[in-house]
Amino acid sequence: MARTLADATRRVLGSRRRGDRAAAVPGADDTDAALVADLVEAIGADRVRADAAARYLASRDASIYKEGNAGPVCYPGSTSDVVECVKVATRHARAVSPRGAGTGLAGGAAPLGQPVVLSMTRMDRLLEIDLDNGVAWVQPGMVNLDLSRALAPHGVHYAPDPSSQAACTIGGNVANNSGGPHCLAYGVTSAHVLAVEVVMSDASVVTLGDLTAEPAGYDLRGAFVGSEGMCGIATAVAVRLTRNPPAVRTMLLSFDDVSDAATTVSAIIAAGIVPAAIEMMDQRCVTAVEDFAQAGYPRDAAAVLLVEVDGPAGGVAIAGERVADIARRNQAISVRTAADDDERARLWKGRKSAFGAVANVMPDYYLHDTVVPRTRLVEVLERIYEIVDRHDLIVLNVFHAGDGNLHPILAYDSRVPGTGERVQAAGREIIEMSLDMGGALTGEHGIGVEKREYMNRMFSAVDLDQQSRLRASFDPHCRMNPGKVLPSAHSCSDIGALRASDAAGVWG
Amino acid sequence: MTEFDEALTAFAAEVGTDGPVCVRGGGTRWSLGGEVAPGTREVQAPEGIVAFEPAEMTVRVRAGTPVAGLHEELAGDGQRTALPERAGGTVGGALMAGESSIACLGLGPVRDVLLQARYVCADGRIASAGAGTVKNVSGFDLCRLLVGSLGTLGLVGEVLLRTFPVGETERWVRLAGTDPGAVRSCYTAASVLWDSTDVWILLSGYAVDVDDDLSRLAALGACEDVDGPPELPPHRWACTPAEAAAFDARNGAAGPFVAEIGVGVVHASQPQPFRPVESGVVELNRRFKERFDPTGRLNPGRDPLRKP
Ligand SMILES: Cc1cc2nc3c(=O)[nH]c(=O)nc-3n(C[C@H](O)[C@H](O)[C@H](O)COP(=O)(O)OP(=O)(O)OC[C@H]3O[C@@H](n4cnc5c(N)ncnc54)[C@H](O)[C@@H]3O)c2cc1C
Repeated sequence: MARTLADATRRVLGSRRRGDRAAAVPGADDTDAALVADLVEAIGADRVRADAAARYLASRDASIYKEGNAGPVCYPGSTSDVVECVKVATRHARAVSPRGAGTGLAGGAAPLGQPVVLSMTRMDRLLEIDLDNGVAWVQPGMVNLDLSRALAPHGVHYAPDPSSQAACTIGGNVANNSGGPHCLAYGVTSAHVLAVEVVMSDASVVTLGDLTAEPAGYDLRGAFVGSEGMCGIATAVAVRLTRNPPAVRTMLLSFDDVSDAATTVSAIIAAGIVPAAIEMMDQRCVTAVEDFAQAGYPRDAAAVLLVEVDGPAGGVAIAGERVADIARRNQAISVRTAADDDERARLWKGRKSAFGAVANVMPDYYLHDTVVPRTRLVEVLERIYEIVDRHDLIVLNVFHAGDGNLHPILAYDSRVPGTGERVQAAGREIIEMSLDMGGALTGEHGIGVEKREYMNRMFSAVDLDQQSRLRASFDPHCRMNPGKVLPSAHSCSDIGALRASDAAGVWG
Repeated sequence: MTEFDEALTAFAAEVGTDGPVCVRGGGTRWSLGGEVAPGTREVQAPEGIVAFEPAEMTVRVRAGTPVAGLHEELAGDGQRTALPERAGGTVGGALMAGESSIACLGLGPVRDVLLQARYVCADGRIASAGAGTVKNVSGFDLCRLLVGSLGTLGLVGEVLLRTFPVGETERWVRLAGTDPGAVRSCYTAASVLWDSTDVWILLSGYAVDVDDDLSRLAALGACEDVDGPPELPPHRWACTPAEAAAFDARNGAAGPFVAEIGVGVVHASQPQPFRPVESGVVELNRRFKERFDPTGRLNPGRDPLRKP
């Protein structure tokens, strides 16, 4: 896993030609001198960086979007540091963009308009484990997997488990309302966040939600989760603790036809079974994963399903048998049940290293994230292969099949002329096909800048106007991570905070 | 993008573009968050199930549909939603009240039920929030904002809800004189209610697992089958799970009570004393209301800050 992300990061950074660096931060150092001095005075010299390298690193995330432009980068150590940074930024008429680990795949953490960037990674402590209330308070920079490790001795865990969990932060998870394989049964981040302490755009500190079941007033917590850094900066999060299930059964189902695998997914749900996870990988992905992680997947299968059922032992055995039956009825060529924790871990390792494995196939990849009704997976997958073939590209499919959340990975070599255009065109068709099937633009990676201009395809002007009201209720002057999510016509009219340098490109 | 059906457009026309207006559902929680201002025009949300897709585990339903009727329909395919069933209560009313079922421990809270909402905005136009799929993070989460908003931000006409399978076995049992904490080991408990002496438990799941839990409970003391939960006192208190489990101490103020263990809601005989709300939260509530309903025409007089 660690290797996967290290590779992902290296790829992102390595694919840039060094000469781009200076261009990425035009004239940053001198024009920002006064701003930097104020930031240093507010939170200390060791917490502010304004050199080109720091800005370069803070200018992008793991998406293919490379036009981010970071101002000074701050590394707050406390809520009050964040408050001070927001105050200074406002005084200098600059926006603020928070970032976690930068593993986002939609450009959400790519700063637009040279804002002050708040890198939250130094606020990474577990503040409190409160077993009586079933919650833990954590700082936003805490890495998802570190939280799970810290909770393990208590027999509980934090359920949302993005494949990037070894690197991504709880703050990033909250901002993107992230999912993961086990969110099929347990729900996405929003269902696991009870309260968030937020530094608002006016530098006030507010706690949204509380530990009661039904806090008074509007569900501001719910409105904040998934707001991609545009409604304020999370500085502490109360997450729900989930009891570890008494029993777990992990199964690898192999098929020699992709459609049989997809039909099995729909049939499992239709039978009234909600497994903890149903993940699907097609042959190209299985091969890449085997070359990379030796998880023991059958290379000759056209597709495999990784299905996990959990709960009390009796029901797990019944549900496991039913799943196996359904698979066999749909022509599964093999049904393998993990015999012990080691085997289970190996099967999951294969799934979670899929993105890293892609690097062995082609130097570049574009990972898409759309959702379709889970009853339509068979035809959707056929359409994806057809689209990709037509554009003469390679696709690897690895995705959260149980909730219809597709992740087609277009693997390519950007050095081959014309490839970029073909990748874009195929991606566009996949997105539009997903919407035409009654689907959604994104299931867990967010809109960011990547899908901003597609929002008009999914939502009407009235819908988007409502969304911008939500945003404006939190941040009336659009100071927080401006330029994301809402298409230009629905973004803030007050773009004074955005620098003229790249405003034209961003605001169109 | 969506084409709205006739029932929805007719509802929008009825809501119109001006004048104070409120929606009457089943009237079961009519006074929640305050009385509607005098002179407010009453409208009714459309009724009926639009599409139930058991294999998708979703149901599209109009807001005026009674929850009990909806659940009857879903039960045909062994499914239900997490909405509470109150005599006469409607889907829209349950969502706008935002109060979860007493089986919240097993079913999850009401706020996670809503996948998509089509609602009439203050200006009379119809907006759609969320998506038609079980997973979605496209844009800001208006659905979460709407749940529990008492119809003060928009008037919901049609929704897509998450459904899920009803447990193979469901059984209410009562344990006399037990510490509710002792019940924690039951994995199939979908509801644990405690009145300071007895504990009522709804077990839900595969029969084998329910039986396992039953023998675990029998070891704790006399455990008897009962028809359902105890009668719940009328006032809903918002508590943390820890406060609910230790509720005894405050019995004087609350009167006889039934606490939802593991959730935090307490049903008490007296209303909950005012719980102060952070001024920043009050200010945000005001800003949301102002942005979404600038003239204050939607359910005037109601204020979610005044729940429960
Ligand atoms: C290999 C790989 C696998 C992945 N697998 C999954 C997966 O299975 N499921 C999934 O959902 N995602 C997945 N992702 C996407 C990504 O990891 C998640 O979106 C993650 O939650 C981002 O966290 P981060 O800390 O990296 O945030 P960043 O990328 O740094 O930021 C993401 C967004 O959060 C905002 N933000 C960050 N911190 C804060 C804060 N404290 N307050 C307010 N806003 C903040 C940023 O402004 C930005 O908009 C994957 C990514 C990679 C590279």
